[in-house]
Amino acid sequence: MSDVPTYEHPDVVLCPGGPMLLRGKHVIEDSSGQLHETTRRVTALCRCDKSARKPWCDGTHKLLPEKLTPS
Amino acid sequence: MLPKPRGPLSAAVFESIRAIPAEPVARTHPEADGPEDAAVTLWALYELAYRGFDEVDETAEWDPDLLAVRRRLEIELEGRLRARWEAYRSDHERHDDFGEDLFAFIAAHDGRSLARFVQTDADEQQVLDLLRMKSVYHLKESDPTAWVVPRLPTASKAALMELQYDEYGSGDPNRVHAHLFARGLEAVGLRTEYGAYLDDVPLEILEQNNTMSLMGLHRRLRGAALGHLAAFEATSSLPSRQLSQGLQRLGMAPEMSAYYDEHVEADAVHEQLAVRAICGELVAVEPEVTDDVYFGAYTCLDLEDRLAELLLERWGVAS
Ligand code: FES
Ligand SMILES: [Fe+2]
Ligand SMILES: [Fe+2]
Repeated sequence: MSDVPTYEHPDVVLCPGGPMLLRGKHVIEDSSGQLHETTRRVTALCRCDKSARKPWCDGTHKLLPEKLTPS
Repeated sequence: MLPKPRGPLSAAVFESIRAIPAEPVARTHPEADGPEDAAVTLWALYELAYRGFDEVDETAEWDPDLLAVRRRLEIELEGRLRARWEAYRSDHERHDDFGEDLFAFIAAHDGRSLARFVQTDADEQQVLDLLRMKSVYHLKESDPTAWVVPRLPTASKAALMELQYDEYGSGDPNRVHAHLFARGLEAVGLRTEYGAYLDDVPLEILEQNNTMSLMGLHRRLRGAALGHLAAFEATSSLPSRQLSQGLQRLGMAPEMSAYYDEHVEADAVHEQLAVRAICGELVAVEPEVTDDVYFGAYTCLDLEDRLAELLLERWGVAS
């Protein structure tokens, strides 16, 4: 057993109650078929469907009642 | 340029700073005659470690007499911040998920909102006033947190760099957040040099800046520095949207709204990284700093509340 750990570093992270974090460069097709390219190394994609800047998360999920936030 | 002194301590210390590197004479420095005198002195002493001042010799940064004054002022500042935290802290409980708890702690804090006022009611002069004050930090955005990097365990360090990389433009100088802010300042007709408005800013702004430097520069306070970062990032996306809307309502330059628009999206990422990864990975390895993470988070929120109270009162907004 090594003392030097190997860390988990997933490319996709589902944040409880919040967005999906995406690491790396991606092109996202939204529900209307429009394409959006990521511009930063880590991007937050809206999962609550209430963002004013979809497909990106803009923090709006924090204003929703808990039953409307993504799990 | 060094700021204007605000009392006998800052007057004496600024004189000492300017005298370097002359032969050291025994320099004694009087007590501050009030919080502004102390705060502007500490701000200038910290500044020696960032960009310095044109007229000041670079060796001043590590001058032992000046460091002694700095330490005295830091102890006093930290004591005051901790006293406010001790008075508040009993109110919150913790469960098992660190990230959820920290997000909940930040969300439970409610103070008056400057951003909401800017969104719906502020006039252009009030917004310009706010931008002048905010420029003291935003022109060195993320720099105080950069000091913390070498003090962290591996996973927390990597996560902090993931965030900082974005703050520093992902390698593109045009995208550096401090630079985006400078661009916005220029577009709305304000000065863009570092520290340009220091002489006009109130105590609350000096304390916000000094607190970030204090927490960033002391390894002992790494938990507090990252807790402060987490609270800052987690209270940024929604207010940034309100600020951007306020600027647009007033027809102010789009470059300034662009700075805030960038923060709506960037900080929706940064808050997740800061709370769950940066702070989460730190306390997983060093649970003894958990309390300091909360101290830092509280202090960030508390200092912003104090600024909001001051400005809303100054602007005659009823509470
Ligand atoms: S998940 Fe953040 S706004 Fe929808
Ligand atoms: Fe930023
Ligand atoms: Fe940020």
